[in-house]
Amino acid sequence: MNENRKYPFSEIDPDICKGCGLCVAACPRGVLVVSEKLNSKGFHYSEYVGEGCIGCGNCFYTCPEPSAVTVYLRNYVPEEVS
Amino acid sequence: MIMAQKTVLRKPLGFIDVYKHKPGAEKDRTHYCPGCGHGILHKLIAEALEDFDIVDRTIVISPVGCSVFAYYYFHTGNLQVPHGRAPAVATSVSRANPDSIVISYQGDGDLAAIGGNNILQAANRGENMVVFFVNNAIYGMTGGQMAPTTLEGQKTTTTPYGRNVKTDGYPIQVCEIINQLTAPVYVVRTSLHDMPNIRKTRAAVRKAIQNTRDKKGFSFVEVLSMCPSGWKMDSVPAQKWIEENMIPRFPLDTFRDISEDTSAIERPVPVMDPEEVKRILEYTALSDSNLEKNPDAAFDRVAVRIAGFGGQGIMSTGIALANVGMEYGYNVSWLPSYGPEMRGGTANCSVKIQADTIGASECTEPNMVIAMNQPSLEKFEKILVPGGALIYNTTLIDIEPSRTDLKVYPIPITGIADELGDTRVQSMVNVGAFAAVTGMFDPGEIENLMPSLFKGKSGEVMKLNEKAVRKGYEYVKENFS
Amino acid sequence: MPRKLMKGNHAAVYGAILAGCKAYYGYPITPASEIAEAASLLFPKFGRTFLQAESEVAAINMVYGAAGCGQRVLTGSSGPGISLKMEGISYCAGSALPCVIVDIMRGGPGLGNIGPEQGDYNQVLKGGGHGNYKVIVLAPNSAQEMCDLTMLAFELADKYRNPVFVLTDGVIGQMMEAVELPQPVTELPDKSEWAVYGTADSRHLINSIYLDHDDLEKWNRELMKKYAVIQKNEVRVEEYRMDDAEIVTIGYGSSSRVLRSAIAIARERGIKLGMLRPITLFPFPVDEIASLADRGLKGILTVEMSDGQLVDDVNLALGGKMISDLHNRMGGNVPSALEIVENVSELYGV
Repeated sequence: MNENRKYPFSEIDPDICKGCGLCVAACPRGVLVVSEKLNSKGFHYSEYVGEGCIGCGNCFYTCPEPSAVTVYLRNYVPEEVS
Repeated sequence: MIMAQKTVLRKPLGFIDVYKHKPGAEKDRTHYCPGCGHGILHKLIAEALEDFDIVDRTIVISPVGCSVFAYYYFHTGNLQVPHGRAPAVATSVSRANPDSIVISYQGDGDLAAIGGNNILQAANRGENMVVFFVNNAIYGMTGGQMAPTTLEGQKTTTTPYGRNVKTDGYPIQVCEIINQLTAPVYVVRTSLHDMPNIRKTRAAVRKAIQNTRDKKGFSFVEVLSMCPSGWKMDSVPAQKWIEENMIPRFPLDTFRDISEDTSAIERPVPVMDPEEVKRILEYTALSDSNLEKNPDAAFDRVAVRIAGFGGQGIMSTGIALANVGMEYGYNVSWLPSYGPEMRGGTANCSVKIQADTIGASECTEPNMVIAMNQPSLEKFEKILVPGGALIYNTTLIDIEPSRTDLKVYPIPITGIADELGDTRVQSMVNVGAFAAVTGMFDPGEIENLMPSLFKGKSGEVMKLNEKAVRKGYEYVKENFS
Repeated sequence: MPRKLMKGNHAAVYGAILAGCKAYYGYPITPASEIAEAASLLFPKFGRTFLQAESEVAAINMVYGAAGCGQRVLTGSSGPGISLKMEGISYCAGSALPCVIVDIMRGGPGLGNIGPEQGDYNQVLKGGGHGNYKVIVLAPNSAQEMCDLTMLAFELADKYRNPVFVLTDGVIGQMMEAVELPQPVTELPDKSEWAVYGTADSRHLINSIYLDHDDLEKWNRELMKKYAVIQKNEVRVEEYRMDDAEIVTIGYGSSSRVLRSAIAIARERGIKLGMLRPITLFPFPVDEIASLADRGLKGILTVEMSDGQLVDDVNLALGGKMISDLHNRMGGNVPSALEIVENVSELYGV
């Protein structure tokens, strides 16, 4: 992850995402978009635009793929990478 | 509450890190289609298991349907089971592991069609389990056929003209049916069609899993869920379709929530200690006697057919004779009339008592018949071997036997019992008569055996039966010696 | 020796208790209901599970679940119920789950009647359920063996991780005999390698799905190997008056009891009749029967209470070197000793 990013933020694994778009529809701030790009499976994956996330978790809970979406919440403290 | 403590929302630890049971290369993602509701529900379950720290104690039952591969994902004990039978399997899994959290995960075809009875009965028994019922109004796995929950007019691959309620029936409202039963503690229907409802579903999932953890019994969570592939639409319109079409038919509601007022189920601990097993089976009370056989007995082996009306002590006469024979160390067998013979008001049984191993247990060529009524005399005197003994009940039989090559013992069996004040003791009159005719048993020994023959009966009953044995024995000795 | 007079059906339940069986799941059916009744009486005394299932189908699936959790588990039924259980038995075999099923055979096909018959032989021995699998089949012919072979059934089930049938007919189930109760088992096998206990160490998978064709073929070949080992190691027969026998009868269950009586009558008449009784039907005593062809016998007579199901296997074992004749009764009728002896005289001119 990008350590310089501002918390909270949503991270979507572009390779795992199946492009259903549920997270985009569920985001109250409209900060998730369907990418123009295709992933290796041929899906237009979802992307976080980079700012505006309020850490509501909607994208996480509406996403059917267990490891596609990770949301780092406001109180997240990055662990030291060993 | 727990939510507030989270600092990151990521793949919950209720899921297996790498889906090792999943064949092929893609062990990092599910087999579910884009936008499928199963994945959302899976995540809510896996998150709850992690949050309650019960992943280790959980056992997931995977059904047949799209979630047949649920076992790929949950980092729990897993059983994959036949179509519709998840609640039956979950029942015995829960009984076997009463401290575990047993999850039956099922779709609508599995649960409401082929497994309809299994879900009702598990619910009715109040089994300690949680059932997650994914209702997407279609058979997903097999390619979009009609489900019991398919809506009126809905087109599927087996309702190409739309579901016609006149021929296909109505969509089944499962929560409403489950709610008719007394035992369930929690019955709820939620939906995945938007965020507020996904959050309500999350709350229901957690509540239901907590109920199971706390052994409160049967919790049922129906979840209206998208099947974009089966419905042939995109994911977001599929959510809209739930709201507009499914919810009117399947209203969202908490039908029941009585877990607070329900006490925890307690299951006994099985007794496995061999000494304790022997004590409970009363090994010390088993027959271990080997009474001395009478070397001068008129019979050294008996194949006796005992017959009469039901209620004349036919079966109990036979069982008593077999029991006494066993005490003398004989091999014994007792076979009740059985099958078509039982009809027509007559009952009969075959008893064999002999020193060597018994072959056929049915006395097709008996050397003794005890006939308690006329039809029995007529039927069974014919099959006696020549020279065989025929004991018959003159109280109820006023004809003579037709054969002349038999030893006959006409005895007023019912009359003797009546004189003793209880018709029911005629079986013991028979036992006494048998002892006298065969010489195989000593009536005194039979009296000694009374406590084991009439276990749990009062001393008075035993006294009366002793008298009956004695009377039967004496009648033969006095009249036929 | 301490003995107790009991029905064959009850003796099976005693055997199960003594074998450390922790759960009974069943559905009532004549002439097997006494098994469920005795289990309902006995199992709770030991804090073990008795549950009357909603159906035969549910019962066998409960067996599947209990077996998957490493329990010794029993169910009992009769033909129509066994038919319903067959899907679940295939699953048990496919998932390598040890369990014991008692089948007290009655008259068929269809609803048939409740008299004794042996018409489930092919159903039980040749599949019944779908797919490539076999079940071990033990065939008791007395109340004592109902107890002893039920205990053995649990042992074999665990040894081979396979369903085991105790297959007999209504007569053996309904008949009372004196049973010497064996000692209870003192130790149960360790199943922690595969059973699901709802613990961190037992996150196992009970499953019969192999999506990949090669994987499934491999599994089938492993099963075949297991069945070959069973065939090699577990055949059990009883030989009765075989030393000087000139005519050999073959039968199991009730028919073998009648054959004992028939042999007594035949011997009185100077006919040297003997009996080979399969105690295991799978593994079938192929070698024992094949060797009969080399004894210079006047004949082999298979006696069964079914429509030639057993004699087919006997003749397969004989491999064309001799052909067994068939004496059979059906519909709830048990052959009589006398009719068998008369048929022997007629068939073989003795």
